[in-house]
Amino acid sequence: MSNVPAVVAVNTFRESVRDRVLYNLIFFALVMIAAAVVVGKISIGVDHEVIINLGLTAISLFGLVMAIFIGVALVYKEIEKRTLYSLLAKPVRRWQFLTGKYFGLLLTLTVNTAVMCAGIFAALLYVNHKLVRSDAHILVAVYFILLQLALITAIALFFSCFSTPMLSTIFTLGFYIAGTFASDIRGVGAITGSLTLKIVTSMIYYLLPNFSNFNVIAVTAHGYAIPKALIALNTAYAAIYIGAVLLAASAIFSNRNLK
Amino acid sequence: MGSAAIEIDGLTKDYATGFWRKKRRRALDGLSFEVKEGEVFGFLGPNGAGKTTTIKLLLSLIFPTSGTARIRGRSIDDVEMHREIGFLPEQPYFYDYLTAREFLDYSAQFFGFNAAERRERVARFLERVGLATAANVQLRKFSKGMMQRVGIAQAILHDPPVVILDEPTSGLDPVGRREVRDIILDLKKQGRTVFFSTHILPDAEVLCDRVAVLLGGKLQGVGTPREIMAIEVQGMEIHFELAAGQPLPAALANRATPTGSLYRLEVPEAQLYDTIEQLRGAGARILSIAQLKPTLEDYFFRLVGREKGPAYSIDGSVK
Repeated sequence: MSNVPAVVAVNTFRESVRDRVLYNLIFFALVMIAAAVVVGKISIGVDHEVIINLGLTAISLFGLVMAIFIGVALVYKEIEKRTLYSLLAKPVRRWQFLTGKYFGLLLTLTVNTAVMCAGIFAALLYVNHKLVRSDAHILVAVYFILLQLALITAIALFFSCFSTPMLSTIFTLGFYIAGTFASDIRGVGAITGSLTLKIVTSMIYYLLPNFSNFNVIAVTAHGYAIPKALIALNTAYAAIYIGAVLLAASAIFSNRNLK
Repeated sequence: MGSAAIEIDGLTKDYATGFWRKKRRRALDGLSFEVKEGEVFGFLGPNGAGKTTTIKLLLSLIFPTSGTARIRGRSIDDVEMHREIGFLPEQPYFYDYLTAREFLDYSAQFFGFNAAERRERVARFLERVGLATAANVQLRKFSKGMMQRVGIAQAILHDPPVVILDEPTSGLDPVGRREVRDIILDLKKQGRTVFFSTHILPDAEVLCDRVAVLLGGKLQGVGTPREIMAIEVQGMEIHFELAAGQPLPAALANRATPTGSLYRLEVPEAQLYDTIEQLRGAGARILSIAQLKPTLEDYFFRLVGREKGPAYSIDGSVK
């Protein structure tokens, strides 16, 4: 049945929506944006940049917290509470379940990001009483944050297929930090002059998700446009990386004994 | 009853244990038997006997070390076969943020019913398991018995020919047990095959056409409850009364249990006629003589208490 992932996704979204922790995160994100307004007011001349900078950082950070902490528990919770047993006794393949869980969380993150993004525009309107043309670039920055969250969610889901939430959190955070500095890791290899180190660091660079490519917060805050080529490249990169991670997760999970 | 609904052939499951996962623990050892279409089949054994392991193997929640199984002629590896089965897990726990109606609607969506069909089915099965009034209550507020009933509803709402229930009456109060038993009997009336595991033996005695007994991962026997219980003759039970002031024969004095003016006596079958003569000689009035029939519980306790021996078959259905 082709709509199985969609059925699971909608239920996962419904679970997140009914989960109070999620509302708390939105609340804190909105507080963060309110703080941006206050900081913006005391930052003479650069209030516009400060609001965008702080607002986008808040979206990114809270999204990251949600993606990791909900993502690592997605599969584990279903196994621990044995809700998965009755589900897999239905005509549901394990990859369909995983894909459904993934897109369910992604839908949650998208809705939350959209709410927070609306918060930034509200803050800008409140401070400037108008929106300018360059504010549209915020949407591209938010889209990149979403791509980044989609990548992190896939990685968190991958680890949750065979590990505990605690370890999965550590692994996913490790991937995120290493991925943020992926270019620097390759740079280290290049300046050492050692061919072996260069090959190794290049391999690490290509294996790790390159999160730095998605960070356009500072550029957006200064009102610069994001090149269309970068949008296309980041979209393709995220799609391919996520596809590969979900395939690996499905392969592992499909062979796992659910004790 | 005719062809096999469930065929299990040499199912074996080993788990890796120890820090290096190099040791092996055998949870199930060469299990083979068949469940016929339309029968209520009890899968008995104490905790840790391998009942849930078997059920998990049938549902491909875990994978066998060796052996195969088929349900209605289709391999257990075939996920599409799951359209023909319904499953209630042990101590069911479902999405507690959903109401009973939402949960059943969610379950029905995996079987391709459209919205109107789902509405009708969900309402019908909520009524059938006695939860119509709790349809809009979140599952987190459900009692254990209610959870069990909603679990049964999700297992049968697509009308599967084979229903697999893992400990369906475990942890329920007498009323809850009775309700679940009635649902199982109802399923049998509809011609469905019901395969359920239990360690509550009176339930198996009341419900099952046949039972299989599992101990330490090994099949101990398969047969009707009557066949299982008739393995060993237990003896004879005599109820009698004595005239006032009449003493008991010395040979029986230590063996007879007085209950008011009546006595109860258990004797081996071979000694029945000698005992009757002795009682007649003492002027006793014999009220009843009955064969002592062992219960499934007796059989079970004997199995648990004895040394682990080779599996033996009781009827021809054991492979």
